[in-house]
Amino acid sequence: MIDRLDTRKLIMTIIMLFLGLVFLMPFIWMISASLKIEEEVLTFPIQWIPESWNAVANYKEVWTGSMPFLLLYWNSIKVTLLTTLTSVTISGLAAYGFAKINFKGRELLFIIVLATFMIPPQTLLVTQFLLYRWIGLYDTHTGLILLNSFSVFGTFMLRQFYLGISNEIIESARMDGAGHFTIFFRIALPLVRPAIATYAILRFIWTWNDFQYPLIFLRTESLYTIQLGVQSFADEHGSIYSLMMAASVSAIIPLLIIFIIGQKHVIEGIQLGGVKG
Amino acid sequence: MQTGIKTQPISTRKKRKKRNGDPFSGWKENLAGYIFIAPMFLGTSLLVLFPIISSLVLSFTDWNFVSGYRNASFVGFDNFQKLFTNPLFLKSLTNNFIILLAIPVTLFISLSLAVIINKYVYFKDLFKVIYFMPFISSIVAVAVVFQVLFHPTNGPINQFLRAIGVENPPGWIASVAFSLPSVMLIMIWTSIGFNLIIYLAGLQSIPKELYEAAQIDGASAWYQFLKITIPLVSPTTFLLLVTGTISSFKIFDLIIVLTNGGPANSTITPVVYLYQQAFLELKTGYASSVALVLFIIVLIITYFQFLGQKKWVNY
Repeated sequence: MIDRLDTRKLIMTIIMLFLGLVFLMPFIWMISASLKIEEEVLTFPIQWIPESWNAVANYKEVWTGSMPFLLLYWNSIKVTLLTTLTSVTISGLAAYGFAKINFKGRELLFIIVLATFMIPPQTLLVTQFLLYRWIGLYDTHTGLILLNSFSVFGTFMLRQFYLGISNEIIESARMDGAGHFTIFFRIALPLVRPAIATYAILRFIWTWNDFQYPLIFLRTESLYTIQLGVQSFADEHGSIYSLMMAASVSAIIPLLIIFIIGQKHVIEGIQLGGVKG
Repeated sequence: MQTGIKTQPISTRKKRKKRNGDPFSGWKENLAGYIFIAPMFLGTSLLVLFPIISSLVLSFTDWNFVSGYRNASFVGFDNFQKLFTNPLFLKSLTNNFIILLAIPVTLFISLSLAVIINKYVYFKDLFKVIYFMPFISSIVAVAVVFQVLFHPTNGPINQFLRAIGVENPPGWIASVAFSLPSVMLIMIWTSIGFNLIIYLAGLQSIPKELYEAAQIDGASAWYQFLKITIPLVSPTTFLLLVTGTISSFKIFDLIIVLTNGGPANSTITPVVYLYQQAFLELKTGYASSVALVLFIIVLIITYFQFLGQKKWVNY
């Protein structure tokens, strides 16, 4: 009985592995094409392992050519890290306030913040754009960072975790004379560290992949982030597929690595929030 | 971790001992609360509340970004009248409703995969990672890749179709008839991961005894799927239906990079239309009215979600 069941499971696993391979075909094709000389990109049947390698030249052109990915990477890393840092800080503080401090108007303010979650971000673009032109944040990294820093999702998610901390721990600390800041840094923050990590990884991924805000709020090419760079690169080299694929690989791979390392956090975070980026 | 937490505050105990009054309420507590939520609240006010209210005002003006606000005037419901008689906007709405058809397909595939991964395979985590990859990949890069894959003459997909005997493979993103289905195919491909992960969580809450009982009664796997799994994950299905619908009104990156709304506006959606009006045509007032209509549509969907939820919670 047990043996038969296992064979069935094994066969299913093999079928699913095959399906998974088909599912990932676009990625495999992309990587393979990025390593080839241009003439062989579209040969059929597809040569998954390149016959004539051209990887070094392709990637060199992408990384140091007219739209240098070195600069785009630097911009993206800067914007993404700072956004993640500010967003985690702001959401972490607000979440603690909403979960553990009894101040007047707490429920109402929380509902207001939550309600903004339903607003599709695109409906705000026009007026955000005008506002940014007006206060001088247009075409700056600071402005871009701020746009992704006030996350209702992060606040909501971290609040759930703070609510899980028993009030007794906090009350006894208060009896000992600790203020909310001490409690926040010494007690609450260490306790919700896994949740903070989850949110930080999600925020990192979403910001790294963000295309809409850079498209609208950046104009100077030297400030471009990687997503914007890939699009400009594709516009410029639209007919040279091997280069386009090398650019796409460069935009996707670092994140795939982060995802594979932190996959448990990412998947749990998504399941917990049930929200799309 | 646990021990560190309990010992640390004690070290600060002596310094902070002298404090008068009840520490659990009063103005100090209020002040602390406001300080903690201040950054979040101010940011939200500046970047969300203020813009949405200004949008409301702007949508009744004919403000054009080039001519400046001095030349703007109130035009009443003119923008909305223009909007609902504009064939392009109406087309974009129709397109968005066609796109919704991709959601049930995604849900069906995701649930089937979730059931298989949950019960019938080894290396569960590996499969989660595989199907989740498109979801965390940059949509811009994905769109660039599919531009080549979908190439009507030399693209790998059509070369494959010809090789297996399809004489006239579709023109995909280059043809008016197939561009929207192509967008939907990519949407399905990228969102399976998310739906699958949520379904896997939903499956955990189904009591195992139900399946055991069904097995004793001799019910087939298919029958169990139909009579136990589908009804019991229906709250999850509902949640995914709603998030899927709402996020379909937010698709932007994919269309801008893949087709830019073309060919012949066959893939235009309200969001793309909004972008074109606001940032290419610079019709600020008119674009605000598009934004407002979009907001109201999503609001109505969310309202139905709440109505629906009441029905499902008692389940």
